[in-house]
Amino acid sequence: MKKISAFFVLIAIVMTAVLSACGGASKTGGNSVVVGISQDLDSLDPHNSVYAGTREVLFNLYEGLVKPTSSGAIEPAVASDFEVAEDAKSILFTLRDGIKYWDGTAVTVEDVIFSVNRYADIQGSESAFSVLKSVEAQGENQILVTLSEANSEFIYQLTCAIIPASFDAEKEECPQGTGPFKFVSYAAGESLEVEKNENYWKEGFPYLDAVTFKIVTDADTAILQLNSGTLDIYQYLTSDQAAALDSEKFNIQVGNVNYVQGMFLNNAAEPFNDVKVRQAIYYAVDRHQISDMLFDGKSHIIGTHLIPAMSAYYDESLEKAYETNADKAKELLKEAGYENGFEFTITVPNNYAPHEGTAQIIAENLAAVGIKANIELVEFTTWYSDVYVDRKYEATVVAVDGTLAPSSWFSKFVTTAGNNFINYNNAEYDQVYSAALAETDLDAKVGYYKQLQKILSDDAASIFCQDPSNLLAINSKLEGYEFYPVSAQDMSIVKYK
Amino acid sequence: MLMKYVIKKIITLFLALFLISVIVFFAFSVLPADAAVAKLGTDATPERLEALREAMGLNKSVFERYGIWLVGALQGDFGKSLQYTNKTVTSLISTRLGNSAILSLISFVMVIVFSIPLGIFSAKRRSALGRGAMTTVTQVTMGIPSFFLGVLITYLFAILLHLFSLGNFVSPKKNFWAAVGYLIFPAIAIALPKIAMTVKFLTSSIRNELHKEYVRTAYSKGQTRNGVLYKHVLINAMIPVVTFLGVIVAEIVAGSLIVEQVFSVPGIGTLLITAITNRDYPVVEACVLLIAFFVIIINFAVDMIYKAIDPRVTV
Amino acid sequence: MKYLKKNKSLLIGLIITGIVLALALIGLFWTPYSTTEMSTTYKLSPPSAAHWFGTDNYGRDIFSRIMQGMGTTFIVSITTVVFGMIVGTVIGMVAGYVGGWFDEVIMRINDVLNAFPSVLLALVFVSFMGTGLLNIILALGILFIPSFARIARSEMLRLKSLQFVQSAQLSKAKHARIIFAHILPNALATIFASAAVGFNNAVLAEASLSYLGLGVQPPTASLGRMISEAGSYLVQAPWFAIAPGVAIIILVMGITLISEGLTKIEQ
Repeated sequence: MKKISAFFVLIAIVMTAVLSACGGASKTGGNSVVVGISQDLDSLDPHNSVYAGTREVLFNLYEGLVKPTSSGAIEPAVASDFEVAEDAKSILFTLRDGIKYWDGTAVTVEDVIFSVNRYADIQGSESAFSVLKSVEAQGENQILVTLSEANSEFIYQLTCAIIPASFDAEKEECPQGTGPFKFVSYAAGESLEVEKNENYWKEGFPYLDAVTFKIVTDADTAILQLNSGTLDIYQYLTSDQAAALDSEKFNIQVGNVNYVQGMFLNNAAEPFNDVKVRQAIYYAVDRHQISDMLFDGKSHIIGTHLIPAMSAYYDESLEKAYETNADKAKELLKEAGYENGFEFTITVPNNYAPHEGTAQIIAENLAAVGIKANIELVEFTTWYSDVYVDRKYEATVVAVDGTLAPSSWFSKFVTTAGNNFINYNNAEYDQVYSAALAETDLDAKVGYYKQLQKILSDDAASIFCQDPSNLLAINSKLEGYEFYPVSAQDMSIVKYK
Repeated sequence: MLMKYVIKKIITLFLALFLISVIVFFAFSVLPADAAVAKLGTDATPERLEALREAMGLNKSVFERYGIWLVGALQGDFGKSLQYTNKTVTSLISTRLGNSAILSLISFVMVIVFSIPLGIFSAKRRSALGRGAMTTVTQVTMGIPSFFLGVLITYLFAILLHLFSLGNFVSPKKNFWAAVGYLIFPAIAIALPKIAMTVKFLTSSIRNELHKEYVRTAYSKGQTRNGVLYKHVLINAMIPVVTFLGVIVAEIVAGSLIVEQVFSVPGIGTLLITAITNRDYPVVEACVLLIAFFVIIINFAVDMIYKAIDPRVTV
Repeated sequence: MKYLKKNKSLLIGLIITGIVLALALIGLFWTPYSTTEMSTTYKLSPPSAAHWFGTDNYGRDIFSRIMQGMGTTFIVSITTVVFGMIVGTVIGMVAGYVGGWFDEVIMRINDVLNAFPSVLLALVFVSFMGTGLLNIILALGILFIPSFARIARSEMLRLKSLQFVQSAQLSKAKHARIIFAHILPNALATIFASAAVGFNNAVLAEASLSYLGLGVQPPTASLGRMISEAGSYLVQAPWFAIAPGVAIIILVMGITLISEGLTKIEQ
């Protein structure tokens, strides 16, 4: 009981502090915003957080040696400079001069070595970090990262957060960081408060003095809160929801969610082990109807497993590979010996309504060619366990994401990959994938990745449908918001007009 | 006699809580997927899962884990949440308990304040029309599922009338009255069907009393109708109502679990449901035990009150 | 018939439930529109002559889906309550009749189940046994056993001491015969009355499970699932939530009135 009342007193003190801070801020015109986020944070430790929704927020608090840009490139952050060796087997980083954490202590080479090793340990030896050989100090302000084999895409892994080597996960709620904002307080299930990091290395940023990330799991609730002025920014809205907003108070920015959404088929299960059956389903499914029905036609329709935002690698021509054609679907089914159709079950995680909608539309599409698809909604935890880990399923509707490293979109279809949950098996694919990974010449690399996309499309490895649209509502007094091709809501570039 | 009864009840209380904790624990060990899978999601590689299970203590046998949990719980330590790194179960619950308690309390006050006068009013109605109208209203109200009522209230008060903003809940620690102002709306959703039930129950209870011998005696002694009603009938009619209110309290607590979801109130209900989906069993254990403890205590209290006002009852 | 005229609750209850059942039965074979066919053009259109209750987010006719949904909800709720009622009554009656430690054990288990948040129990059952109509009925049915057992037991305790039971016991009738031929008929009125409340709770429980995505599986309609789907469209299409909500109220009201009428007959 004593503890609890002490807690209340603490809250009261914090509240007074916050309130007086707000009073101060009002002089500069209340230079703060409230961002609604659809998912609670799973951890404030940047190395241990796995939810995309958490990475999106922590992007503002922590930085790696390098960080992604909104155009999908990589720019120096904690390091001021980096050099990739010609054989793609090592990278040399130079620590940024005078870079400091929120509390003013300097970032050291030891911190970098500690952070990269800690993150690599957490990711485990089956991850992209399997090629990491060593991280060593070179003089006072340089770090050499050595790889055991050539990997031209390893730089993308080094966006992992740099935190002090003295961080004690048992005692501290979160480590110090170098990002544009610093941690103030967090209430599980409610909100995260951050404020401007005065020590931020990038001159002039951030514009805002404080940001509150408020957890609003239900988009409809978010609409009401936006309209009542409680929230300034909220994303992942559907067009129906966006239409319900006060158009004078809010601007709508259209981006993509950067996921490959579709119906993934267990290639090892009857009858999906037959390429003709998979192609038949692809022809039967009307991807445009899915987009029209669920995303107001604003999704990007795709034909392979890569998002259009990876424009350097993306093969547009595959989008039209399987235009809806019921006759062709029936013909292929006949050839495969399923003239009278068949019955199967689509297992759908229940945490995202559009997946359920997609499954319902696909079931209707397939009914037209004589295939009966049953839908089974399961808790998403059950889904992970049964579908993703144990691969006990026939088909599933889900969205799969990747990183800026192009290989991340293709690695899961390698026959032996631990996360090859569709049981895809194609020796040619495996060969091209290894070649792409080792290649350092960009043009040649692009060639390999286009080849991989073509194989997945030709094989109809799964029914890749769309990169759904992402509608973001933003207070019309704000400007500067940009979408990132990775999980990030960069608040450092947002400002009042 | 009374002492023996109380001791017996306390033993049953602990036995019930023990059984509940066992059921929850073993239910969670047979459910597909565990907290490690829930947390890692698509990032899960067998190796990372194993490491996380180790860290969460999930690789021990169910019996061992239950033993560890029980020893801690008996000392008042309910462990750490598996979903939220570094958050103790106690801290998660203590930030939400207040919200749920206020919500339940407002609902209960509403039930008392509205149903007693309405019950008396409806028992006094003599005309067939009046009775018919009253019955119809209570009947329809009783038939509304509280979550649908929640949706209706949201539509009416938040969307059409802008009386409150859905989801804009302020913690009572920040602004007590703002919190109460918000919680009134979910409370209506919880209370309305319960008010109808209580009114119906009270009406028939009063009517039953009115037919009794002593009422006629009182009338024959020249007492007025209202005098009889308030002095004699009401007190006797309230006895069964007390038991009924006990049931209502338990239903309010259970009902608030879903209504909290509809109105996004950060309470025990929302915490419990997220904890279930994330297989965060320490949190689930604590929430369920808390609710069960409350329900059992209420039942016990009702028994005691019942005994106090009606000495004929043997327990 | 004459009796029905006097007993208005029963009459109105029967009429309402009759209409609901008729609609649901017709819905099994025929609905004005297909319950699954989608249309982008008619998405979320308001009530009109063509679509009496409007259309949903997939452009499906809400009236047709309510016809189907009433059937689903009715079947799930009725079988759930009947299952819980039969098992609960037998357990409660036997426990009350036998008494002693058997009664004690049964009632303590009952207490435990009663103190459990029902949504949690249902969730655990369904997650464990899998979704599907039969599993949902079973999971919800188990939830209803304790309350019926408690009522049946207290009725048993009340009736056991009455003269006719004691004389039956003296005449050495078999226990089963005493319980089910002599006592049960006298307890039925009370049990049926609580069945109405149980039905209301069953509708709610099915809806709550659907709300959590674990109830009846799409594209099959159930009233609870329709309301939870409609929650997202409250601003643009209030009719989407209100129509199935009103359908639930009517359904529950019909059953409540019937049970009330039945109680009157007993009296």
